[in-house]
Amino acid sequence: MLVRPKTEQKIVQALLYFFTSIAVLVLLFILVVILKNGLPQLSLEFLTKNPADMGREGGILSTIVATIFLTFIALLVATPLGVGTAIYLTEYTVENRVTRIIRFGAECLAGIPSIIFGLFGFILFVNKLKLGWSILSGGLTLAFMVLPTIIRTSEEAIKSVPQTYRLVSFSLGSTRWQAITRVVLPSAVPGIVTGIILSIGRSIGETAAVIFTAGSALRMPSSLFSSSRTMAVHFYILAKEGVSMPKAYGTAAVLVIAILIINLVTYYLMERYIQRKS
Amino acid sequence: MTKLDKNDRLIRISLLVVAFSAVSVLAVITIFIFEQGTPIMFKYGLRSFLLGSDWYPSEKSFGLLPMIVGSLMVTFGALIIGVPLGLASAIFLTEFSHRRLTRFLKPVIELLAGIPSVVYGFIGLMFLVPFIRENFGGPGLSVLAASIILGVMILPTVISIAIDSIRAVPDSYREGSIALGATKWQTVRMVVLPAARSGIVAGIILGMGRAIGETMAVIMVAGNAADIPGSILQPVRTLTSNIALEMGYASGEHREALFATGVILFVVIMILNTIANLTSARQKKR
Repeated sequence: MLVRPKTEQKIVQALLYFFTSIAVLVLLFILVVILKNGLPQLSLEFLTKNPADMGREGGILSTIVATIFLTFIALLVATPLGVGTAIYLTEYTVENRVTRIIRFGAECLAGIPSIIFGLFGFILFVNKLKLGWSILSGGLTLAFMVLPTIIRTSEEAIKSVPQTYRLVSFSLGSTRWQAITRVVLPSAVPGIVTGIILSIGRSIGETAAVIFTAGSALRMPSSLFSSSRTMAVHFYILAKEGVSMPKAYGTAAVLVIAILIINLVTYYLMERYIQRKS
Repeated sequence: MTKLDKNDRLIRISLLVVAFSAVSVLAVITIFIFEQGTPIMFKYGLRSFLLGSDWYPSEKSFGLLPMIVGSLMVTFGALIIGVPLGLASAIFLTEFSHRRLTRFLKPVIELLAGIPSVVYGFIGLMFLVPFIRENFGGPGLSVLAASIILGVMILPTVISIAIDSIRAVPDSYREGSIALGATKWQTVRMVVLPAARSGIVAGIILGMGRAIGETMAVIMVAGNAADIPGSILQPVRTLTSNIALEMGYASGEHREALFATGVILFVVIMILNTIANLTSARQKKR
């Protein structure tokens, strides 16, 4: 069958338009449903009270606190490692076998499913190192999970600092390290921060890696070694066990809003960063 | 050697050590998963693990075939749904849509990549599962439901990587084709897409990896029966859900069998990653 190219173009264009609308609408539908059902559940009380009766009553304060602790530990560990790796790859070496191995390792790590991280954290931190189900085990597991993201974004950020900055710094008699800490890193900060914020988003929403390392005890965490339930795990349990759909929607709304804010901030930072560069 | 030079050498060495963190983590994960999972595979024989179709951990029957088939089915289903939608969106957004619309829609799609997978699963459970149950029959918790949810979940990945690789095709290619009298669609089909092919393929493979590795969203909508599904309307259990569902209470050989499930998952993912890396490296070289 021969269709005239112009007709074909029109048909295809309509089809593409239709497919794109489906994709965008489905994605927006998810957002709208969560916010529409979740926002009415939100109140000051929901955010400042601990869950009661397995989550049927009360709020989600303890899960918010647990999420923040876990994310904080993850980034505390992953940021120095990730940024250090990026500095080494960009400033201290040229492309060779070693850098290829490092890059390959980071890319493979990025592709490993979170449940594998969960299994690994469970064996290493919970069992072998005897940390038990705890904020520390969960945080360290998450740190490994977000490490590749931080490496990749920091590397891009450091690479995009113009070479002239370094040359000027060297010509003033600075060592390599001085040039990096006083000239290169300060100009790369927005890019590095973008990576950190992205990792925060990933940590907040993670379930599979956290449920086997931080556990799911529903109480306010009292130390790094107490088992605790993050927002995402709480939401999963509420929804899966059918404990309370209204509370599940409320928790989901908090999660989604937090992630939207994080992504918007990232996006804003990146736009500004790109503008400044050009 | 001055003191500053000495310091600089020290810094270089410590940074090299730090730089190996990612590789070491990967190595440690590999060692732990294999150390925990392979002994039982060899004890009962690789064959009975990979090809056995009965999963009764309490009776020491650890056949993973239903889960392997399950993972393949939902991943394949996710690709059938996610790839055409994702590719069409990417082509539309780069070649046909108004620039302003693209500038608005691309960040929106990327924003949605950040939504936690449990949320996708929850939406599936609340809307998709009842819809399938009422309109197509069966329990609703099914291969179909899992495929659709995963297909939607991989959309942002597929779209943004495809957009990047289509954009990387030089404009002179398009101009040359248009100058020869081709329509825009002919240009896209015969010039732009072939040039962007390896990037697009890498994006699809990454999406595939995400679909195979997804756990919580699948558990919520797949029904999780450890049998090979007879149709797409029947429940299914994937490798990932097998681990997540039973890890909480498993012990002894049962737990080792779950690690063996992890080993199989790990191997599949590593193969996919390597293929994705090689294809995207090929595009860069060109």
